[in-house]
Amino acid sequence: MQMPSADYDFQKDISGCGLFGVINRHKNRFSGRMAIDAIAVQRERGNGMGGGFAAYGIYPEMADKYALHLMCDNKHALDRAEEIIKRHFEIYLSEAIPVRKIPAVGESPVLWRFFVLPREDRPCWTDISENDYVVRVVMEVNKSAAGAYIFSSGKNMGAFKGVGFPEDIGEFFRLDEYEGYIWTAHNRFPTNTPGWWGGAHPFTILDWSIVHNGEISSYGINKRYLCQHNYECTLMTDTEVVAYLLDMFIRKHGMSKDMAAKVFAPPFWEEIDRMDREEKEAFTALRMVYGSGMLNGPFAVLFADAHGLVGLNDRIKLRPLIVAEKGDQVYMASEDCSIRNACPDPEHLWAPKAGEPVIAEVFS
Amino acid sequence: MESKMAIDTRGIYYRDLNERIRETVRNGTTEVELLNVSGQRYIGTALAGDLEITINGVAGQDTAAFMCGPKMRINGNAQDGLANTMDKGEVYCTGMSGDVLGYAMRGGQVHVLGDVGYRAGIHMKAYKDKLPTIVIGGRAGDFLGEYMAGGIIILLGLFGAESSAPIAGRCLGTGIHGGTIFVRGQIPEYQLADNLLVQEADAEDLKLIEGFVDNFCREFGKDKSEIMDSSFLRIRPRLLRPYGNMYVPN
Repeated sequence: MQMPSADYDFQKDISGCGLFGVINRHKNRFSGRMAIDAIAVQRERGNGMGGGFAAYGIYPEMADKYALHLMCDNKHALDRAEEIIKRHFEIYLSEAIPVRKIPAVGESPVLWRFFVLPREDRPCWTDISENDYVVRVVMEVNKSAAGAYIFSSGKNMGAFKGVGFPEDIGEFFRLDEYEGYIWTAHNRFPTNTPGWWGGAHPFTILDWSIVHNGEISSYGINKRYLCQHNYECTLMTDTEVVAYLLDMFIRKHGMSKDMAAKVFAPPFWEEIDRMDREEKEAFTALRMVYGSGMLNGPFAVLFADAHGLVGLNDRIKLRPLIVAEKGDQVYMASEDCSIRNACPDPEHLWAPKAGEPVIAEVFS
Repeated sequence: MESKMAIDTRGIYYRDLNERIRETVRNGTTEVELLNVSGQRYIGTALAGDLEITINGVAGQDTAAFMCGPKMRINGNAQDGLANTMDKGEVYCTGMSGDVLGYAMRGGQVHVLGDVGYRAGIHMKAYKDKLPTIVIGGRAGDFLGEYMAGGIIILLGLFGAESSAPIAGRCLGTGIHGGTIFVRGQIPEYQLADNLLVQEADAEDLKLIEGFVDNFCREFGKDKSEIMDSSFLRIRPRLLRPYGNMYVPN
């Protein structure tokens, strides 16, 4: 083994995950270089056990197809997954995800992507919507194709993640060569669950993606709640529940992003008591109906879909989050310095209040 | 060795930077100016003596932790944990600061011109002539002075970012059992829980406040008469052992 140049590379360090996100609200696309460099500034927040990115607008030539990104233990696992995918989808392109082998990223799973559309003659689930159908197939592969996971399934977007520091994962996946209008990045310091490729952030379903710093103590109840709605958690990391809750609340139940954020981090009962009647009734109902979707524990999250980027803290602010704005770009990160690496002179920079989402949408 | 030194910190890893600062100080430098600071952590940690440290840029986590004596000026924002367990000296931050400002601080003064995050002054404590003091020019987040055991927090609410937020957030002084929080002007009634003894600051209090505000104004170029042209609330704990009966009822 090679000795690291500095002895502190051997020492245990105490840290927390790091987040970075950026959106160009005019949907002007730019290279992943900015996100790679900005998350690298927060190196101390991770420990090399996970890094990842989500990028929107990166597949314009395939924009109408679902881009399925897979990680598989070996070729056989990929074959098993491909069989299920073929049965349910028309495949328009099948290729290895391009990577740049670098020493900092160790052995990787087989990484593959398919650009697909549901078959006209679906073998099953014929009476559900196209999006629901895609969700079902993703769950099916992740559950029954041993050793294979679909970790990204949206249109014109993709997640890229693995075990390593995020700046190395970014180089590995050649993200400097992609252009997107929303980028999120994550630096992982796994505490409660294994540091494995599937467990790195972001977590995604359809075009929802989420990166998270913290711990979702309500994982158990959230997972059981999702299970009743045909979402099955297979990736052994608490954050996975948020991706599926977003899909259920916003796409299926028609909630606004703001309302979903209020389910995740609801106002306290004493605050609800001080509201006027209409608001009080609305928040009481929201807490009662969606109590199982509340996220307990410390968190700062960034979530995105094709239309925007959202930052949210837990309601007692147990993790940091900074937001800044300049022109048509909005930046969100765990640390001020990370934002300034991407944008040295923001017009506004602030720390959002606990439980109050910051929603940056693309201009329609 | 020169008594002054400037270091361009761009691209320097925090451990290497802190080692370099300590070495510089060991060699007799008394004024250190750091340029292009980008979130490097623990700057000034446990540095002792009559030193001046200037940080230009974003000060990283736990800046001035355990610091014992130096005067530090941060031209920019500070991230979380500024003045963690600080012992002695002065810190002036011209921007805003993150969460847990002055965590378990036990001496010295910290002045932040703008807003501060959540849990400022948590677990602050005083002992004999050690009276840690935090002056906040802007607003504070929730849990200001949580579990506070001693020292002084002065909250001005004047120089923060534009916001509709109240001067201090929820759970002000939760678990406080010592020390004093002074708030310029008023605070919404619902924010003041039963554990707090809230009174108007008297002449002696105002004199004490004025002493710290003098430093604040000198460093940040603000007008003292404008700041002092208001009443202040004095907030103290009602009980010194608020949780004395929690588990073992007497």
